[in-house]
Amino acid sequence: MKPEELIDEVRQSKLRGRGGAGFNCGQKWYFAYTARADEKFVICNADEGEPGTYKDRIIMENDPHVLIEGMTICATAIGARQGYIYLRGEYPQVVNILNTAIDQAKARGLLDDFDIEVRSGAGAYVCGEETALIESIEGKRGEPRYKPPYPPVEGLWNQPTIVNNVETFAAVPAIVKNGASWYASIGHPDYPGTKIVTLTGDVNNRTFFEVPTNTTIREIIYEFGGGIPAGKKFKAVQVGGTSGAFIPEENLDTPLAFDTMTAIGATLGSGAVLVLDESRNLIDVLTRISGFFQHESCGKCAPCREGTMRLYDLMLKVNNGTGKPQDIKIMQKLGNVMAISCLCGLGQAAPAPILSSLEHFPADFNVKLM
Amino acid sequence: MNNNINLTIDNIPVTVPKGSTILQAARQVGIKIPTLCYHPDQAVKANCRVCVCEVEGSRLLQAACSQPAMEGMVVKTRTPKVIEARKTILELILAHHPQDCLNCIRNGNCELQDLAAEYFIRDNPFELKRRGLPKDYSTPALFRDPDKCILCRRCIDTCSVTQSVNALGLQNRGFETMVVPSMGLDLIDSPCVMCGQCIHACPVGAIGEVEEIDKLLAALADPNKVVVTQIAPAVRVAIGEEIGMQTGELPMDVFVAGLRQLGFDYVLHTNFTADLTIMEEGNELLQRLNEGGTLPMFTSCSPGWINFCETYYPDLLDNLSTCKSPQQMFGALVKTYWAEKMNIAPENIYSVSIMPCVAKKYEASRPEMDDSGYRDVDLVLTTREIGRLFRMSGIDFTQLAGSDFDSWMGAYTGAGVIFGASGGVMEAALRTVYEVVTGETLQDVNFTVTRGIEGIKEAELDLAGTTVKIAIANGLSNARILMDQVRNGESPYHFIEIMACPGGCIGGGGQPITKANTKRVERIEKIYAEDEKMPLRKSHQNPEVKVLYDEFLHEPLGEKSHELLHTHYHAKNKKYL
Repeated sequence: MKPEELIDEVRQSKLRGRGGAGFNCGQKWYFAYTARADEKFVICNADEGEPGTYKDRIIMENDPHVLIEGMTICATAIGARQGYIYLRGEYPQVVNILNTAIDQAKARGLLDDFDIEVRSGAGAYVCGEETALIESIEGKRGEPRYKPPYPPVEGLWNQPTIVNNVETFAAVPAIVKNGASWYASIGHPDYPGTKIVTLTGDVNNRTFFEVPTNTTIREIIYEFGGGIPAGKKFKAVQVGGTSGAFIPEENLDTPLAFDTMTAIGATLGSGAVLVLDESRNLIDVLTRISGFFQHESCGKCAPCREGTMRLYDLMLKVNNGTGKPQDIKIMQKLGNVMAISCLCGLGQAAPAPILSSLEHFPADFNVKLM
Repeated sequence: MNNNINLTIDNIPVTVPKGSTILQAARQVGIKIPTLCYHPDQAVKANCRVCVCEVEGSRLLQAACSQPAMEGMVVKTRTPKVIEARKTILELILAHHPQDCLNCIRNGNCELQDLAAEYFIRDNPFELKRRGLPKDYSTPALFRDPDKCILCRRCIDTCSVTQSVNALGLQNRGFETMVVPSMGLDLIDSPCVMCGQCIHACPVGAIGEVEEIDKLLAALADPNKVVVTQIAPAVRVAIGEEIGMQTGELPMDVFVAGLRQLGFDYVLHTNFTADLTIMEEGNELLQRLNEGGTLPMFTSCSPGWINFCETYYPDLLDNLSTCKSPQQMFGALVKTYWAEKMNIAPENIYSVSIMPCVAKKYEASRPEMDDSGYRDVDLVLTTREIGRLFRMSGIDFTQLAGSDFDSWMGAYTGAGVIFGASGGVMEAALRTVYEVVTGETLQDVNFTVTRGIEGIKEAELDLAGTTVKIAIANGLSNARILMDQVRNGESPYHFIEIMACPGGCIGGGGQPITKANTKRVERIEKIYAEDEKMPLRKSHQNPEVKVLYDEFLHEPLGEKSHELLHTHYHAKNKKYL
């Protein structure tokens, strides 16, 4: 297939990025394809830093070739000769697996003039953000760039660059093999295909599943997950990782697709599913989460650098019983400002667990206030 | 193809060239959008986020400094959502800032203070947190107060991009992020060359000059001290900005009168030793050209540049002119020649220089700068410090009658005046060298090719049949380009003028805080306007310089000159370079 045909096939399949932003994959490739440059790059985002998420590791450990094939198809489509897999620093065992697979593919001449290098991250959560990841590959501090320009126009070394998640690349070979309409017919029509979900928390089957995207959260928890242990009641579920919203019982019939999740004020994110039963203290969970963000903020933009620290401070105050109603108001205002003003997705999403909990579980806060 | 973009900002239609940002478009129609990390001469950073605006169709607010204007875009800069975001961000920044404005070196001249006032920050909901970091007073030139840093990163940009010094970087992350001298060293141990350009870049008081006003006040109060001052060429054009006047507005004689009001016993001029520098340096160049000395020869007036050469190009120290800077020539002469001529005991002379520069504070403290038998220059005050002193003293310059400089080291020519601008030393040298070499009188003394703020300027001149190639760089990243050529044996030049600061001394680290290069350009214009008005415009015409040679030095590069006016430089051997 010619590059245009490949791109068109991927676009028609309606494959959308599995990393969290949900952009049409073929459209993104098209931007890089049409960008004029001497050199273009393909980067696989395997930084997988969202707590509770390990879907990319499962793919890389069990079928590294599907990732390499997806990246090679992308390289053919946009005209890149160099690829990188930016691998989470905590996955040292995967380095060998990937390098072996790359060597095998090269030995059989499957990569043509394309080459892939595995780069290990150093543990910063923010490097899962694509431009911070690019900075990190360039040897700089892992900090996001402002956008636009977006990576397909100006990415690694300021050249057109496609950054896709492991799961996104892994979907591509099957699309090329079976056709766009085959893929588009699976799951939810606006976000077709499958999604790997990783279940953690208070469920019986704490493991991973690949499900079509029209599967509802309730099905995931009660059918695949086998329900909540010890006969306890459901309290809340956080979907998409630590930056995801806490979702109450009444929204459990939402399909695990991109726009359906946005519609209930949540995000699909990485597909991590953290279930909390009635015995859990949500305020305690939120305090830990806000501690995570103040630790992982890169410090570049003011509202995230200062805001994540303030949210953590205020949550500590509420959690230790010295919070006042005014503190809730401050968190609400600060969270709303961060969500729309921060430079990158980290700061924009950091307040989501608190804001969604304030919306759906206000009583949990109120009982803690002075 | 149409290269214009049409958009509306607060319902006002704007047309801007493609590639413009919302901020540029807004300024074009007079809409003020607040900024902190934005700097007109630096790359966009988009990290402070106080410039956020609403853009129709976008859930997120957009940073005006980085968001390109797009066709049909509808921008709102003053909605409740925007104002709430800006206020909240300012509150966050202020809550991590000491807020001790009353004690701050930038009180009244601070971008954060201005925004706090404009956005009527009153009851900050966030509790004040301080980093509690110690101030860095390791250099005699400038200090850092990391507690005040708001992490806009403008200093890092200046230090690494404009100056290519790379003394500042980031450490830690999140709210523990700090701007630190490289490898967490004290500033004095870092590659810092003390140019002080970071002071201009800083929107707040996190970096400033080491203030020494108290030392002057003590000397002025001491009945045994004869306090003598020299004023550097670039000071007059800028001092007005410190005292509520326009750039270049304060006439020289009124400035002198003001200094006398402060209590200086004698007011002399660095322009005098600028002219003297030309006599020495011009002859040194001719000697090197004629006798096969090390070429290209580099000027040595700019102490930031000297530090840079000693730090990054120690292999090229032989290329530096052995001439001391005009400040240090003055210092060595005022306690020898002038003391003798005025019949004043040199140990009673307190020599103060007023400089556009913070690196001069360091230069004066160099151990080798004591050829008079005393410390040659006792105290260096910046233009800003003198401005503070004028304000404190409440001198009303509109009521002051002008006053002349004192004798024997106060006369100067236009050639000395233009030392204050990039290219000025070169032009002054050419005016003299041309006449010395050709024996002819220059018809037109204006070598305009050497003028302007352009980073690197070059020219070829015919000196009685010999072609001399010259180059001029201002800003150390431009100097680096010329130095790399020399190091690689590819430099075509005979004579290179380097000024550490963009625009030359008029943009020095001790000048009134100058955010934009446009202000530097304005000062440069005032410098050349002053030169135009001078009756004498060639250094060798300076009558007091003639007296100095007749009575004391006897000849350029002579024995006395070598004793007092020349020096040599040493590799700095900094760690981690």
